[in-house]
Amino acid sequence: MGLFSFFKQNKKKNTANLAKERLQILIAHEHADKSRQAPDYLPKLKDEILQVIRKYVQVNEKDVNVNVEKGSDYDVLELNITLPESR
Amino acid sequence: MSKVIVVTSGKGGVGKTTSSAAFASGLADRGHKTAVIDFDVGLRNLDLIMGVERRVVYDFVNVINGESTLKQALIKDKRVDNLYILPASQTRDKEALSKEGVASVINELKEDGFEYIVCDSPAGIEKGAFMALYFADEAIVVTNPEVSSVRDSDRILGILQSRSKAAEEGRSVKEHLLITRYSPDRVEDGDMLGMDDIVEILSVPLIGVIPESESVLQASNSGNPVILDKESKAGQAYMDVVSRFLGENVPLRFIKAEEKKGFFKKLFG
Repeated sequence: MGLFSFFKQNKKKNTANLAKERLQILIAHEHADKSRQAPDYLPKLKDEILQVIRKYVQVNEKDVNVNVEKGSDYDVLELNITLPESR
Repeated sequence: MSKVIVVTSGKGGVGKTTSSAAFASGLADRGHKTAVIDFDVGLRNLDLIMGVERRVVYDFVNVINGESTLKQALIKDKRVDNLYILPASQTRDKEALSKEGVASVINELKEDGFEYIVCDSPAGIEKGAFMALYFADEAIVVTNPEVSSVRDSDRILGILQSRSKAAEEGRSVKEHLLITRYSPDRVEDGDMLGMDDIVEILSVPLIGVIPESESVLQASNSGNPVILDKESKAGQAYMDVVSRFLGENVPLRFIKAEEKKGFFKKLFG
């Protein structure tokens, strides 16, 4: 590397490196989001479960919790329903 | 045995159609019966890049709808033997493509003895792009050394791995990374993502690097696939891509900055 190119490189920011760092962080995040992402059917499933429960017990929407957890070779469907306190 | 190859990218304007035209022409030039299909229904351009725009009578959607036979719609190239072009419809939209329709066209091409079926994908991740990649055995992901293009390529790779027919059947689509519009000088100056960085970020094997070149615009101006310009660097780089695709071991070319030492650099460098 010549003397002059040495000064030139120091003055200018190395934007290619910046691009690489930004992309690596972004893509790592996007991949992580994707593996956490809930399946498309979840809202509808929750809605229908709510309707069935409401035939028997009056519950609020926030009292029904539906979750899918991804395991290494299996997925777990977690259903949590809080019934109203009995009087 | 025929192979379906999608040329895709997510982002627009990175060189999908230029690459599809060059790649398909190169395969045919090497003696393989090849069809290249334009999936960009509504915005067809492959016909223009291939220089056959005045020979389009029937198109992909006509064939799917049974308004013409596949034979009537396929345009035989006059420069390269074994090369056929199936243009997209200009008047319809991408909803005209159905899985069944696309499948029947691809199957008929296979039965007609086509060895390679190159699917030129539209930009985006909507129906047209999805249809282009759904039946793919292999994918060429075209990427520019630029942040938005690299990110979109990553998205498309995710879709290939999760939503293609191969993925649904538990197989995987063989992926190739093709970097286009590459400027070794700018990479050396630290102003452009280098090929090694892009490979590291996307972790897909590299099939070629096409240098930024005036000959690409000249080729599209005249409707000749750039691979037929055997003098040009871009043309030669595309020929190397075809060779690598066919299993040959060809070193990368045109990836080093040109020596352009000025007086002072000679003095101090």
